Amino acid sequence: MTYTVYIPRDSGALAMGAEKVANAVIQEAQNRGLAVQIVRNGSRGLYWLETMLEVATPLGRVAYGPVKAKDVPSLFEADFLNAKPHALYLGLTEEIPYLKKQQRLTFARVGVTDPVSLNDYLAHDGYKGLHNALKLTQADIVKNVTDSGLRGRGGAAFPTGIKWNTVLACQADQKYIVCNADEGDSGTYSDRMIMEGDPFVLIEGMTIAGLAVGATQGYIYLRSEYPHALVTLNQAIEAAKQANYLGDNILGSGKTFHLEVRRAAGAYVCGEETSLLESLEGKRGLVRFKPPLPAIEGLFGKPTVVNNVISLATIPIILDKGAQFYADYGMGRSRGTLPIQLAGNIKHGGLVELAFGATLRELLYDYGGGSASGRPIRAVQVGGPLGAYLPESQFDTPLDYEEFSKIWAVLGHGGIVAFDDTVDMAKMARYAFEFCAIESCGKCTPCRIGSTRGVEVIDKIMAGTEPEKNIELVRDLSDTMLNGSLCALGGMTPYPVLSAMNHFAEDFVPNAYKLQQAKVAA
Amino acid sequence: MQDLHTKLDALIAKHQNMPGGLLPLLHAIQDSIGYIPETAYDDISKALNLSIAEIHGVVTFYHHFRTTPPGRHVLQICRAESCQAMGSEALEAHVKQHLHIDYHQTTLDQAFTLEPVYCLGNCALSPNVMLDEEVHGRMTAAELDALVAETVA
Repeated sequence: MTYTVYIPRDSGALAMGAEKVANAVIQEAQNRGLAVQIVRNGSRGLYWLETMLEVATPLGRVAYGPVKAKDVPSLFEADFLNAKPHALYLGLTEEIPYLKKQQRLTFARVGVTDPVSLNDYLAHDGYKGLHNALKLTQADIVKNVTDSGLRGRGGAAFPTGIKWNTVLACQADQKYIVCNADEGDSGTYSDRMIMEGDPFVLIEGMTIAGLAVGATQGYIYLRSEYPHALVTLNQAIEAAKQANYLGDNILGSGKTFHLEVRRAAGAYVCGEETSLLESLEGKRGLVRFKPPLPAIEGLFGKPTVVNNVISLATIPIILDKGAQFYADYGMGRSRGTLPIQLAGNIKHGGLVELAFGATLRELLYDYGGGSASGRPIRAVQVGGPLGAYLPESQFDTPLDYEEFSKIWAVLGHGGIVAFDDTVDMAKMARYAFEFCAIESCGKCTPCRIGSTRGVEVIDKIMAGTEPEKNIELVRDLSDTMLNGSLCALGGMTPYPVLSAMNHFAEDFVPNAYKLQQAKVAA
Repeated sequence: MQDLHTKLDALIAKHQNMPGGLLPLLHAIQDSIGYIPETAYDDISKALNLSIAEIHGVVTFYHHFRTTPPGRHVLQICRAESCQAMGSEALEAHVKQHLHIDYHQTTLDQAFTLEPVYCLGNCALSPNVMLDEEVHGRMTAAELDALVAETVA
């Protein structure tokens, strides 16, 4: 008989040696004369268990991990192909609590299927949403998206349906769908997991968006740091074209949608939608003034839907199961699920998709298992480099857009970065300014100049030069950046800076004093 | 030189009529020869009907593009928050000392160019580095030394 073994091709798994594991399995199977078929799936998102290897059994898939290439001979020795015990045995994959407790809608197929097999996609409910969309009027597709309550998962949380409606209402000879896949926020990787693990769901979502608003051309603006996603996306697009899911006559409907991947070039600011559009047009990624909104005058001056990967990848399930099904998840005005990414100093880092409403504490301890270092978690940054730092006293805040904004924080793209008690928050505040200075597009003064001045003033505080006066100066500067910047880069850099100052004031003292305190403590 | 222009001509022809084709063209040039020689500006300028200043502006705006040849391998160390939370600062200090270079520099034997990077999208397994096109997670100083040694061996 032929055994089926799953070994992820996700770059997180590759970063832990998945390629070597795959080669070792092939080699060992050959040596033993066993017929083994290897499927290169996406990652289940249980990253501390990567490389996680799965074997198909009549009862379901059984997992082993974290597997290194050197473990492979002993796995064969233990007869893992028949799901026999081994030190790395994890049991049925679907029964692993971390996975079992999740509500995976957008990520339903990630880690399950072969990402570039269209047949596998179809066998797992793929393209059901598109089939439904083809039977609906444009207005009805948009209505479904509006009724689902889906809000932009890139970070701004703007209602997706309203954006689509604006583009639908525009009269134009050409409209565009642009997928923002410039996932530059530290602590986030859900876009990458979708593109590497289930690219067809993004393609389907973009195709439905095209039908809904009457756009015939789509672009995926993909960050250059994701070479593996580029490969999977292009393979999937080619397969979709061959099978008429993309092209001039989608499934014989007479509808047209073309899709192309464009590589970004390492500028963080190009994750801002207008800067992204400039970049797609072949220019420097300078932020545009708004209005006009991209929905009215976007790419090449035409009406354009710009949505994040997760927003677009959530469209197929909404069109498949209905708006109400999706809206039934969540709390308040945050409907549906959020793919949360646990990162930084965390024991069990990985992807956790849950309905809105879970608290940070549940995520950090029940899922994350506390810090990787074993020390207390002192601070978490939620929502990327422009997100606020939260102290332990705020860990009971539910993940909900409005609840976060009440405590002057943001959910952003759902990345949670944990820091243990060795973190120096003044250094993190300095870094926030430094990052803004490196990545500023330079168009507006508060961001371009303010970020550099911010680094200098924090250096003065740390050097002990008039600390009280300079702390006031940082607050004043932050106020200018908050209110005077053209986009979120300059406008939100004060979030990490001020939250660090407000919640961790004890760190904003001269370095010499910190050294002295450390000596006393020792 | 002749070889460079033959390559350039082919790449330009491929991207000339692409909407917003400058970035894809620059990527293609850098993929093919490792960097974007300023001597290419003239040809690009004529073919895409852009000024030299516009091309120079685009090339220098994006961190990914380089105008000088890199070493045989490019090593990127992630400096973003998640990796900082797992000790990337010590890792970057170590690698700079080990290779005797700072960021944006190339070792004397042309083996490595060292670059900072801000997030590689593998934050559950911080700290991360990227060697050429492969990410390596949960990096320690010793593992990084081994990786460097293995690469030049």
